[in-house]
Amino acid sequence: MTGNDAMAEAAICAGCRAYFGYPITPQNELLEYMAAHMPAVGGAFVQAESEVAAINMCYGASAAGARTMTSSSSPGISLKMEGISYLVAADLPCVIINVVRGGPGLGNIAPSQGDYFQATKGGGHGDYRMIVLGPATIAEAIELVILAFDLADRYRTPVMVLTDGMLGQMMEPVALPEPVDPTSLPAKPWALTGARGRGPNAVTSFAMDPVDLNRINTERQSRYRQIEEKEVRYRETDTSDADIVIVAYGTVARIAGTTVKMARSQGIKLGLVQPITLWPFPYAALRTLSSRVSTILTVELSAGQMVEDVRLAVCDRAETPFYGELGGLVPTPKDILREVKRYVS
Amino acid sequence: MSVNTDNMVKVFARPSSLTDSRFSYCPGCHHGLVMRIIAHTMDELGIQDSAVVVAPVGCAVTMYEYYRCDGIQAAHGRACAVATGIKRVNPNLIVFTYQGDGDLAAIGTAESIHAANRGENITVIFLNNQIYGMTGGQMAPTTLIGQRATSCPEGRNARLAGYPIRFAEMIAQLEAPVYVTRQALYDQKRIMATSHAIKKAFQCQIDGKGYSLVEILTNCPTNWHMNSLECNSHLANEVVRAFPLGDLLDRG
Repeated sequence: MTGNDAMAEAAICAGCRAYFGYPITPQNELLEYMAAHMPAVGGAFVQAESEVAAINMCYGASAAGARTMTSSSSPGISLKMEGISYLVAADLPCVIINVVRGGPGLGNIAPSQGDYFQATKGGGHGDYRMIVLGPATIAEAIELVILAFDLADRYRTPVMVLTDGMLGQMMEPVALPEPVDPTSLPAKPWALTGARGRGPNAVTSFAMDPVDLNRINTERQSRYRQIEEKEVRYRETDTSDADIVIVAYGTVARIAGTTVKMARSQGIKLGLVQPITLWPFPYAALRTLSSRVSTILTVELSAGQMVEDVRLAVCDRAETPFYGELGGLVPTPKDILREVKRYVS
Repeated sequence: MSVNTDNMVKVFARPSSLTDSRFSYCPGCHHGLVMRIIAHTMDELGIQDSAVVVAPVGCAVTMYEYYRCDGIQAAHGRACAVATGIKRVNPNLIVFTYQGDGDLAAIGTAESIHAANRGENITVIFLNNQIYGMTGGQMAPTTLIGQRATSCPEGRNARLAGYPIRFAEMIAQLEAPVYVTRQALYDQKRIMATSHAIKKAFQCQIDGKGYSLVEILTNCPTNWHMNSLECNSHLANEVVRAFPLGDLLDRG
């Protein structure tokens, strides 16, 4: 399956029964897969008039209690930012897949990691965080889409799966999980189901009184602290004896995995850390690592975004150089190895 | 003086679909009237326990607190998209939006037209008072030519700001909607007609017929700088000339 088809099918397996989207390359197959398969499971599918409308349909569908998803690519995700802020503020679960392309502006349709700041540092207005998951393979994308739905429900928050055009378009054999029966999922007593036999439920992002808004926002921040404590995920490869470590996520982590094997065959003690949760970021793991390696090289398809989080974690305990490609260029394992060799004495 | 109520028949009461919360509207504002009519309609149709109100941004932002039904507050302009999401997930709910002219006919133009064009089985209550109320009286897409507003202090100039947009007429051109009407509240006869139109619009949804729009010409005493009676006279003599009353489409 292609990455886009696989993520769509994973969502259906996870019990997603409401999908709203708008065409944009390189994520069109996801929308098309949902159009073809959602009716068979009795789910809702609407090709919306815009990305803005699609995310607001998600807002309504999630409020009505359904596992809900939208997907898009960078320019479309920018349009969804208003809705994401409202989802956050109304404590509504929702999964958003961003198949990132080159930017800013219209950019191009080639793979990029230029949306890291937008995904992990806000993007929408207001004081919020969003769980962001970065899969490196299609198998991992399936796993993380399912995890995204579980985390979204558990913490009542939107969750973004941040991937790119390469993963969306590539094809790999996959094993699909057992489908979840949506009726078996935990009840959502806050959902809008009609005030029958109970008082009215209200889903809102509005709190006129500063004392109320302070209380609501403080409660949400305490949920964020729980997420930071419990949900950090990352993968370490060959780091135990490493002199130098690459930090990379998504597509680049996959390429860098090959670089590690090439380096090891040449006697270079290279390791790899792949952050899987981009928020919450694995600061502690990198901090620990920084006390025993000399260099931590961050590689991204951007001018350097995640590297700021790496440097926050490492401070001056190790060198923290950066290597990035822009505009949709994707480095080969050899390109990364050449960069690594600059820091090997 | 005490009154013996034993032999009295109660002919008028607060609709049971309303909560005990007090409306937060300015004296003379039509919001309270429309909200009461909707609540009365909910009572009559017995839909309080299946209704979902999609509240707008602005003066009516907390309207979900006034109803004994489920409610959700939408971002400015997005009510019809939010309503679409709710209704598609649970078609048994009776979903209605409550939107002003800036919401429906400016920032939410796309969402409003496309929900109508898809024939979403929802009810749209559209209050056209020709001005932005909560933000302090700026020009709306429906502001009359020559009407002063804080963002057109010399009056709306068609060459700079175009003409008052007749949204109901636009919606009535589409294939999917089943009931589109424009009503007003400036006298008792119009209030009764508006009540009838709102009930019919909800009935269309209950019967599964599809999309309906009730546009209501309303006032804003505060930002029009008029008292209630002056508002009524302005509506009856001026506003209806730009926005003719009556049913524009009835496939219900």
